[in-house]
Amino acid sequence: MATFHLNINGSEKTVDVDPSTPLLWVLREELKLTGTKYGCGISACGACTVHVAGIATRSCVVPVDLIGDRPIVTIEAIGKDPVGRAVQNAWIEKDVVQCGYCQSGQIMSAVALLKDTKKPTDKNIEESMGGNLCRCATYVRIREAIKRASQQLG
Amino acid sequence: MLKRPQTCGVFVVVTIFAICVSLSITEASKSRRENQAAGLAAWDKVYSVLTSPRCINCHTATNYPQQGDDRHRHFANVIRGPEGKGVAALNCVSCHQERNADSTGVPGGHNWHLAPLSMQWQDLNDRPLSSSAVCRAVTDRSRNNNMDGAALLKHHTEEQLVLWAWNPGRRPDGSLRTLPPISHQEFVAATRTWVEAGTPCPKGR
Repeated sequence: MATFHLNINGSEKTVDVDPSTPLLWVLREELKLTGTKYGCGISACGACTVHVAGIATRSCVVPVDLIGDRPIVTIEAIGKDPVGRAVQNAWIEKDVVQCGYCQSGQIMSAVALLKDTKKPTDKNIEESMGGNLCRCATYVRIREAIKRASQQLG
Repeated sequence: MLKRPQTCGVFVVVTIFAICVSLSITEASKSRRENQAAGLAAWDKVYSVLTSPRCINCHTATNYPQQGDDRHRHFANVIRGPEGKGVAALNCVSCHQERNADSTGVPGGHNWHLAPLSMQWQDLNDRPLSSSAVCRAVTDRSRNNNMDGAALLKHHTEEQLVLWAWNPGRRPDGSLRTLPPISHQEFVAATRTWVEAGTPCPKGR
């Protein structure tokens, strides 16, 4: 066990965990931030996506001891970010969600895309969102919502 | 009467000089051939490493990296991206951190990325290029980030992602990843021999 001081959603959190524990389980089990989901556990589905120093990161495969002092943002706080807010609004407007399990990861990836590319093309969206799986197949609405958020952001 | 021995002497000196020069050229030529042969033999060792999965999996000709000893396409729809670092929201560093994550089986190292397309060592069907083709790519300064022999030796000796090949960590099932066919020390020694021989490349396509 070791003590880690993590900057999560703008606050410092202290946890005592095994250094090899994936960040996902620190968020969910230690800090009860359960908006971030466990999907595949091997970074293949994107359900566990959070932002680490602004990079969309698969929290299920990153041990907590590799985080260092990089700030983490999870789905619980993404609405405080203007791009995050626009994406969430667009998600509601386009009624994207079906079962919803993958959607926190989808939104975190969409925000990372729009922060990098203000006016993403269909190809940009397919490439950047290609690692986020949705078993309800809401892909068409996800694409529409990303474009809607892009419009809203100007 | 005095002139004849003098002429004779000059003739002898010139002849001896010519023989010496000829022998010297022959020796130099033989030495060059031996040096070239040693260089080519060393290159064979270098090539065996460059085409091992730990290296060639990120020297693809396609828009995706490979993984595993069978060099299959990287899972999760990972693609090259404009700078060989993936794309927004699906960057290499979305999973690959500064060092190996043995508890989850994800390899890592500083600045994890694909080699540029100019350094592709495979064809579009994911078959490794020939020894001569890889050698030409590696020694072409318009394709290799302007590295001369000394820079190539330094790259093979010190570059973090090169060194990673001999410390590739564990697979998700906990087993150790396969290493290149020779040690890093042998790889550097072979590179040095090849560079000192003038980075010769095998003939052929």
